[in-house]
Amino acid sequence: MSAFSPSVPDSPFEELWRLQQQVDELFSAWSAPAGSIRSLPRGSFPAVNISHTPERVDVFLFAPGIDPKTLDISIQQNLLTVAGRRDIPADARATYYRQERFSGDFRRVIALPEDVDPQRVSARYLNGIVQIGVERLEAARPRQIEIH
Amino acid sequence: MASNNDVSSNSGSASLRERRTGNTETPLRPPVDIREDSESITLCADMPGVAKADLELRIEANTLIVEGKAHLELPENAEALYADVHAGSYRRAFALSSELDTDKIEANLKDGVLTVRIPKRGKLRPRRIEIQTV
Repeated sequence: MSAFSPSVPDSPFEELWRLQQQVDELFSAWSAPAGSIRSLPRGSFPAVNISHTPERVDVFLFAPGIDPKTLDISIQQNLLTVAGRRDIPADARATYYRQERFSGDFRRVIALPEDVDPQRVSARYLNGIVQIGVERLEAARPRQIEIH
Repeated sequence: MASNNDVSSNSGSASLRERRTGNTETPLRPPVDIREDSESITLCADMPGVAKADLELRIEANTLIVEGKAHLELPENAEALYADVHAGSYRRAFALSSELDTDKIEANLKDGVLTVRIPKRGKLRPRRIEIQTV
């Protein structure tokens, strides 16, 4: 996440916070099922959440401060690829105390459920979140079976 | 955050985390860049999903507190399939020093990036000190 981490904590609370993060990581690794082979380490940019309903799958990429026009979104069967770049120009005359925000190229490949329809994808960018919606194939949706 | 906006709350694998944390979720700590030039200190924070109305910026006892609620446009009855982000809010605080003019803070939120510029008080801006040579 950070280009360089400060070695000296700026308060005891920060150190505690880091400890908490490590504990959280430990616990989540323990409780989580086997991770996807394409999953990235915690703190990678952009973070991804995926939700689903019987009708559609939505992918949320937490990608603040990017130009959505530079995003390259493609889907091949159920594999969604999102590539882009976030440039944070450095001010040469300024003194930097922290540079934690990601800068540079990014690329994520996300395996969606197999019943998604790659022909019906929509994407939008709002408040720094890229939302990509993919419809599921009709045949795969649960149907109510009537009893006569 | 309301439960219907929280992608992580329905995750089947989250039971241990939920038991440990209950309903009081730990806010995310947004990553920041902080830089200083002769006129001011500028802070940039990544807060994706936060709209202007859900952002709060305040000064308490010379501490700048940044808080925001993230919102995801989830379809009805959506369930979590995967989540890197397990919280719906952000919070981070910064102790300020007295030479910063907190009355003249400018803040701007665009595409999930918060930029806060805190100018230095005029009389405290650096003066170049000439070295006398004999």
